[in-house]
Amino acid sequence: MNDLRIISKRIRKDILLMGLNTGNQGSHLGGSLSLVEIMAVLYARVLNLEDFNSESRDRVILSKGHGVMAQYAAMKENNLLKEDLLTFKQDGSKLPAHPSLLHNLPGIEFATGSLGQGLSLGVGVALGLKRNNNDKSKVYVVLGDGECNEGSVWEAAMSAAHYKLDNLIVIVDKNGLQYDGKTDDVMSMGLLDKKFMAFGFKAVSVDGHNEEEILNALNIAHDNQPMAIIANTIKGKGVSFIENDKTWHNKRLTKEQYEQAIAEVELER
Amino acid sequence: MIDYTPINMKIWSRLGSSGAYGIAAVEVVQNNPNIVFLTADVCSFSGLDRLSENYPKNFYNVGISEQNLIGIAAGLAKEGFIPFVSTYAAFDSLRAADQIKVNMGYMNLPVKIVGLTSGLSVGILGPTHFCNEDIALIRSLPNIIIISPADCTETIKATIASAKINAPVYLRLTGGINNPPVYKSDYDFEIGKAITIKDGNDIAIIATGSMVFNSLSAAKLLEEEGISVKVVNMHTIKPLDVDAVRECFNTKLIITVEEHSVYGGLGSAVSEVVAMSPNSPPQRILGLSDEYKAAGSYTYLIDQYELNLNQIKEKILKTYKEITK
Repeated sequence: MNDLRIISKRIRKDILLMGLNTGNQGSHLGGSLSLVEIMAVLYARVLNLEDFNSESRDRVILSKGHGVMAQYAAMKENNLLKEDLLTFKQDGSKLPAHPSLLHNLPGIEFATGSLGQGLSLGVGVALGLKRNNNDKSKVYVVLGDGECNEGSVWEAAMSAAHYKLDNLIVIVDKNGLQYDGKTDDVMSMGLLDKKFMAFGFKAVSVDGHNEEEILNALNIAHDNQPMAIIANTIKGKGVSFIENDKTWHNKRLTKEQYEQAIAEVELER
Repeated sequence: MIDYTPINMKIWSRLGSSGAYGIAAVEVVQNNPNIVFLTADVCSFSGLDRLSENYPKNFYNVGISEQNLIGIAAGLAKEGFIPFVSTYAAFDSLRAADQIKVNMGYMNLPVKIVGLTSGLSVGILGPTHFCNEDIALIRSLPNIIIISPADCTETIKATIASAKINAPVYLRLTGGINNPPVYKSDYDFEIGKAITIKDGNDIAIIATGSMVFNSLSAAKLLEEEGISVKVVNMHTIKPLDVDAVRECFNTKLIITVEEHSVYGGLGSAVSEVVAMSPNSPPQRILGLSDEYKAAGSYTYLIDQYELNLNQIKEKILKTYKEITK
């Protein structure tokens, strides 16, 4: 797991650098930093993405598209991305603020940004894989906990269980904060693992910043039913002044803040 | 194999547009097993009983969840399948608008939406089930082809044509059961290519969907008053057949007729061509006025919105007299 921790650390630093580089535009630092270990484990250990043109590749849908800095950085870390991360969010960049298909970027297969749509897409893709008798590929859909306010998430969850999609894995980045504050204050979601179970999923909760726990959860068998992994995370994880502060949902990072943040990430673990 | 005989075309017209869609569904799936059909708890109403019984593996009923309907179809399209989705037009267009925008407009996934009972045909159920707004909505979304067949034969042809093109499509079905046939014998249908079904010199009526039949009937009444009227079936609203609109410029008046809001539909699309042309005659837009009228039967509501063939004829005659006096 040590190497994964090193990868996570590098992803976290890349996110901060991308954030700094967006200047006054700011960036979705909080919800990208909470995703770091999830993306590190997926891209370094789990996903089969050696050939983007192979039918047997895994499919990844980052339904909480605003967390895309973590995805870009994790792809870069695994040599799956040619683009310079410093082009993130620049005019004309192939690395926009939400995953887009307009740039034909290998490895980005779905455009997201409008919350609540990724799981339905994932259900359709998982059904398509089964229709094609493809039992090699899996579909990974990454949701935010705030995103789970969207009713369309639950329409999709219902159908994932109905169609017994054992090739579908949902990971909820449960960082407990959304734009306007704590999820429990804005719109309490109750127990997400219990909710997914009630909808027919196999569900577990893990420490979303513990690579080993995430990896173990991704290896749990879930015959005849979809899997939901509720990853308990901290929004802004790894940087003291960003952690659990709703104002860092989408905000500018100054040079001084960047240097402090990098120093903190260096010291961690 | 579908046989476009006059007898079959007569039978299809009695089935209504959903029944015609169901016939076409069985036809297309026989030719391409990668075509799948999805509905949101309206299998029978979509005319898909035969399809779902004979091709159960090509059929998905996602329950009453229209946003999910479009999303799942988009995922299937991403994996190489050709998904047709169908429910009441009011629900698979407006209810799922953002899913249509992102999956079909933005991602350009070749989902085919079939909007059943668009316009007023289930108007007895009230304005929740009217669909006066779908063309306006979807016309503003890039990449999506909009087809509004004139009758049941054209519904079959449009469904088959939609299955063959690698593009997102919105198929807008209007008219009730006993959809009067515009076409009585076989003809060529091509997406994006309007059809002149009657020639004339004084007035050009450009109509779509259910209003093609009413416009043709109104044109015949106008002929009795000595006015020569051309009628164009603009079955594809996007991309609009701009050449066909320009070919109407040698008349004195262009009239558009549609069972859709006067805002944002066929009339607006034609006016966008007219407005840019220095040599165009004036245009009048006939359609559903900007209000929700109280529930009523289809024919009652058509009368209320003043779109029966006599009302169309009178409105055209009045306008024609104003501009030619």
